[in-house]
Amino acid sequence: MRDAALTVEQLTVEVEGREILHSVNLETRVGETQVLFGPNGSGKTTLLMTIMGFPKYKVTRGKIVFRGRDITALPLDERARLGIGMSFQRPPVVRGVRMRDMVAACLRGREPEESINQLAEKANLTDFLGREMNYGFSGGEIKRSELMQLLAQKPTLTLIDEPESGVDLVNIALIGELINSLLEKDCPIPERRCMGLIITHTGHILDYINARTGYVMCDGVIGCEGDPREILATIREKGYQECISCFLRRRTTGG
Amino acid sequence: MVKAISSETHRDKAKAAASKRAAFGEDIDLGIYVSSVGGQPSEVEPSKLPAATKKRMLQAGVTVDDRSQRAGTFIQMDNAPVHSSVGQEGVEVMAVSQALQKYDWLSDYWWKAVAVDTDKYTANVELQQHNGYFIRTLPGYKTIYPIQACLYLAKARLAQNVHNVIIAEEGSELHIITGCTTASDEEAGLHLGVSEFYIKRGAKVTFTMIHNWNPEVAVRPRTGVIIEQNGLFLSNYVLMKPVRSLQMYPTARCVGENAVARFNSILTAGPGTSLDVGSRVILDARGAKTEIISRAITTGGSIVARGYIEGNAPDVKGHLECRGLILAGEGTIHAIPELKGTLEGIDLSHEAAVGKIAEEEVEYLMARGLTRSEATATIVRGFLRVDIEGLPPLLDAELKHAIEASEKDLM
Repeated sequence: MRDAALTVEQLTVEVEGREILHSVNLETRVGETQVLFGPNGSGKTTLLMTIMGFPKYKVTRGKIVFRGRDITALPLDERARLGIGMSFQRPPVVRGVRMRDMVAACLRGREPEESINQLAEKANLTDFLGREMNYGFSGGEIKRSELMQLLAQKPTLTLIDEPESGVDLVNIALIGELINSLLEKDCPIPERRCMGLIITHTGHILDYINARTGYVMCDGVIGCEGDPREILATIREKGYQECISCFLRRRTTGG
Repeated sequence: MVKAISSETHRDKAKAAASKRAAFGEDIDLGIYVSSVGGQPSEVEPSKLPAATKKRMLQAGVTVDDRSQRAGTFIQMDNAPVHSSVGQEGVEVMAVSQALQKYDWLSDYWWKAVAVDTDKYTANVELQQHNGYFIRTLPGYKTIYPIQACLYLAKARLAQNVHNVIIAEEGSELHIITGCTTASDEEAGLHLGVSEFYIKRGAKVTFTMIHNWNPEVAVRPRTGVIIEQNGLFLSNYVLMKPVRSLQMYPTARCVGENAVARFNSILTAGPGTSLDVGSRVILDARGAKTEIISRAITTGGSIVARGYIEGNAPDVKGHLECRGLILAGEGTIHAIPELKGTLEGIDLSHEAAVGKIAEEEVEYLMARGLTRSEATATIVRGFLRVDIEGLPPLLDAELKHAIEASEKDLM
């Protein structure tokens, strides 16, 4: 078995004085993709934002170790440069900043300007390079733009928040392709270096990408862990209510 | 002084308005400035100007060494025009005093786009005029390269009173870049500049003005534009350098059908700078259009960003966009967009926003690996970038360069 590249240990997180995550544990191995299920408000986005390092998310206990280094106190931009990237569910509009400039910034001069056009073509965003970031973008355009920036940034660990939300069927296949490209799914498993942690509420994205492990998050803790498709089948059949009941039963009985 | 150019009526009106305060901006005591200066050379070869002078001019977009990409050049130092030249057929560039002697008809354009009794500053320009430039394109001629005009303030405490007239005859195209600057980084001075633009049927004028004053200079430009049928006036104003006090509210009147006026302004104010800058467009003919865009950044100074569009004819359309960014706590931006419609079937709109850089945006860029200062700089650069439709690529590049060269001062 390969080494864990991301370890989240007993992570407790507060947002604006309210505890949202309670002692969360999670481990991602090199080359592995994991999926995080959970009802709205269960803390999935908080976990991703905390791993990314947004200052609003305060770690009160526990730690985050990335590639052998404790990054719990590391600033956001340093984590990004260390190889963590995030696809936002609802990124802010940045007026005046063009998509081309943003992709160029993600490339950090590692590749020629020409690769911007290639990436845009790949994400079907060629006509968007001159547009202001996220200004007037549709749901699908936002996701493709996020993933295109990440393809330029080339993170080792990609955190993806709800890749399918607000996306139509035409777009979701392309989004699946872009995620697979980011996570090196075209590489043989032993050669993959990239990891992914993907939040999905509906699980639709699993029709397009493979993940090794699924977690269900309820009320700020990871309630269970298992085969993502099996978890999804249960959620589809019984809804999150069943997960919550199961979780409550186990918490009451100490299981 | 310019002689015999004014009718008694103009002088009488000016005298009556000699103490009339301007509608906006701090009142300036004209008495503390000297009104004339002697002993200047009547003609200089621009490339032989001192290096320091050329550098100040270049910061205002005026290039004197290599003039191959200029259709003409006019330079006035203090009160005296020192150089006029033309590099293209169909274009006239000369001191306005010379033009008044050459063309009797020029009096028909004198104080027609700007009222002589607007305020004490226009009155002062009439009563103590120190020349200015006359630029004209003949019917059907189109300039490829811009004509550059430089108004240079060298003597300390001088009041420079200029009166410019720009005429684009029917079907012509004229690009002007005006750079206003001072010799010194610190000497006080006053620049009063009246500019009257006449854009005839189907003519197009782009007017790019870069100001490079110093923290002790007060500036009161007074600009009026008259645009005839299918004419276009495009103004780009850039102020990235300190000035003590600047107030202007250029007014364009679209008097012919489908006339278009567009104003883009980029303003920055550091501590000690007070700006009151707006653009006003009166849409008086069917189908006339306007767009007024301003970007204001304060790093400690005060900015009043005004805009006014008035629709008085059917099918006119106007949009006003005014955005301000406060980069330091002590700065203020007061955006005052105004719209007035006087009949049905007009389409006028505005959007205004004033704020600091959103932390959420900075963090978004930081999540892509940019440091906080890189992220802030990227957002500020984006804020200052206005896409200008209709500007020749060369001028567009020069304008962007002028902005970029000063961006770092904001950080």
